[in-house]
Amino acid sequence: MYALFRSRPGLGLLAGLGLLVLAFGISLASGLQAIPIGTVLEALTAFDGSPAHLVVRSIRLPRTLIAMAVGGCLGVAGTLTQALTRNPLAAPGTLGINAGATLAVAAGLYLLGTPSLHTLAWLAFLGAAAAAGAVYALANLGRGGVTPLRLTLAGAAMAGFLTALTQGVLVASERTLDEIRLWLAGSVAGRDPEVLRGLLPYMLVGLALALGLGRPLNALSLGEEVARGLGQRTGWVKAAGAAAVVLLAGSAVAAAGPIGFLGLAVPHLSRWIVGPDYRWVLPYSGVLGAILLILADVGARLIIRPGEAPVGVVTALLGVPFFIALARREVGRR
Amino acid sequence: MSRWTAIRCRRLPVSFRLDRRVPPVLLALGGIALALTVLSLGTGQYPVPPGEVVRTLLGGGSREYDFVIRTLRLPRALVAFLVGLALAMAGAILQAITRNPLASPDVTGLSAGAGLGAVAVMVFLPDAPWSALTPAALAGGLAAGGLTYWLGWKGGSHPLRLVLVGIGIAAAAQALTNTVMATTQSLRVGEALVWLTGSVYGRSWQHLRPMLPWLGVGVPAALLMARHLDVLHLDEDLARGLGSRVEWHRGMLFLIAVTLGSAAVAAAGTLGFVGLMAPHIARRLVGPAHGGLLPTAGMVGGLMVLAADLIGRTLLAPIEVPAGVVTAAVGAPYFLYLLFRNR
Repeated sequence: MYALFRSRPGLGLLAGLGLLVLAFGISLASGLQAIPIGTVLEALTAFDGSPAHLVVRSIRLPRTLIAMAVGGCLGVAGTLTQALTRNPLAAPGTLGINAGATLAVAAGLYLLGTPSLHTLAWLAFLGAAAAAGAVYALANLGRGGVTPLRLTLAGAAMAGFLTALTQGVLVASERTLDEIRLWLAGSVAGRDPEVLRGLLPYMLVGLALALGLGRPLNALSLGEEVARGLGQRTGWVKAAGAAAVVLLAGSAVAAAGPIGFLGLAVPHLSRWIVGPDYRWVLPYSGVLGAILLILADVGARLIIRPGEAPVGVVTALLGVPFFIALARREVGRR
Repeated sequence: MSRWTAIRCRRLPVSFRLDRRVPPVLLALGGIALALTVLSLGTGQYPVPPGEVVRTLLGGGSREYDFVIRTLRLPRALVAFLVGLALAMAGAILQAITRNPLASPDVTGLSAGAGLGAVAVMVFLPDAPWSALTPAALAGGLAAGGLTYWLGWKGGSHPLRLVLVGIGIAAAAQALTNTVMATTQSLRVGEALVWLTGSVYGRSWQHLRPMLPWLGVGVPAALLMARHLDVLHLDEDLARGLGSRVEWHRGMLFLIAVTLGSAAVAAAGTLGFVGLMAPHIARRLVGPAHGGLLPTAGMVGGLMVLAADLIGRTLLAPIEVPAGVVTAAVGAPYFLYLLFRNR
């Protein structure tokens, strides 16, 4: 099966899209009150205003769409981050990019009162870009240039620092705390569908930019010198990649808060399925990220019934063993 | 003249040596701590002049000063100092037994685990007394710290692998804490959130008392085992060759570090980076021998939290910034500096 996907990657992508539709259906059907799949289909095609139909259309449909979009963005952003830094432990979460966007959004809510969605999105992009730049500059300090390990540790320290500042902002304003407590843990529940509509253009631009980078990233993965020798202008590739990461991670954070470890795990899974060709790894990561975040959100609804966990908790609990296994493998060879 | 003074007792079979730098440094730090305490006690919405603070502490102040100083502010200052002391000593021990300059209660996931234990008690047993938090924090800290150590072990302990695994364990503990908090709608969630940031806000004698027995056991035990830390800090084989029961001593010291760190977390939440920074500052002051390093690190840690609390209270007054935000804002850049220094 896995050899099949490697030789015919398009087939695997189709299978992935099939799984995505399946996950979408499961997400619409499950929750505190399970709704049979037939009723779900009726709600989508022949809406009659009954309570079950209302639940599907006004609660579960928006959150599933947001989970799909955010998961896709994070999967692609994680793949880009790992490709650009050539670091298997890199991801928007581990490098502090999400934390930067979170701080900017929290500060915006505190200082500006009720800013518009577009202001918040641009604040998130600004925060993400500043954090990414700072981590990269920090990892460049000292002798020996950027090593994967140093980049990861610099990112972790940066994330800790930014999270502390975010907590400072929250404590300074009780109102902000109540409003964004759930968002802060990473959640797709109870979002206004308008949020997705407003952020979708940014996400699409980021995705298009990322998918166009498949071929140059393949060259870059051979090493900076090789890529330059092949005639690539690596500076432009990196700049475009960084811009795409900022757009994708920033809009994901603006929509659903900092969701960790998804961007870390998805690229590894896609590479494992389809091999190292980034022209295919990038779309696979998008589809896989969307499937995983939808399923994680279903899990978040079911694990502590009748309550509901933030989806960021589920991705962290599933992602941490993955992260630890990677850390053990990467740092084991001394 | 030697750097060391040997202290021998004629009657008892006890002798130890002390770095000559240690007593003056400890005295100076103690003096600063006292001055800072007086300053901290006098600062607030109801300012009290330093002279009056001292008179009140000695039992001679007016009745309202007595209430403000001895009932409201003194326990808070004492909790701040003791929490810093415990975190710093735990950090110094962890750095020695893992031979890792980046180890500390928060980096190894110990603080996050202890926080999880304490929040679980806060949320699920809302009627439990404050003293129940400490054993719960201890269990959480032991589990998380042990898991980090075990998973970071792979034919030997590697400093950076341990840190990475610790980051992962801390994230998992944080996620579980979020889950616990999501299961309830009670008002204690807001309280738990502020507490998790690390704060000595509103600490009174009832918060101080449950901490004392744990520190009363942990601190002397750590000081008694300081010389084993010197040996463990060397190479593993060398330590064994010198006659150290490496695994046993390391296990005991790990337990002591967890006790100290968890007691601190139970009293004031997760104050980041104190356990990381204080031992390094102390090493600059008195060198690497643990007999002098442990008490010095403790004093430095206590001073740091005391100062962080004072800064947090005055920086944006009347808003109180939790001490944990202040320590993290200073500590994270310091962590980066340690990471990139000459490497």
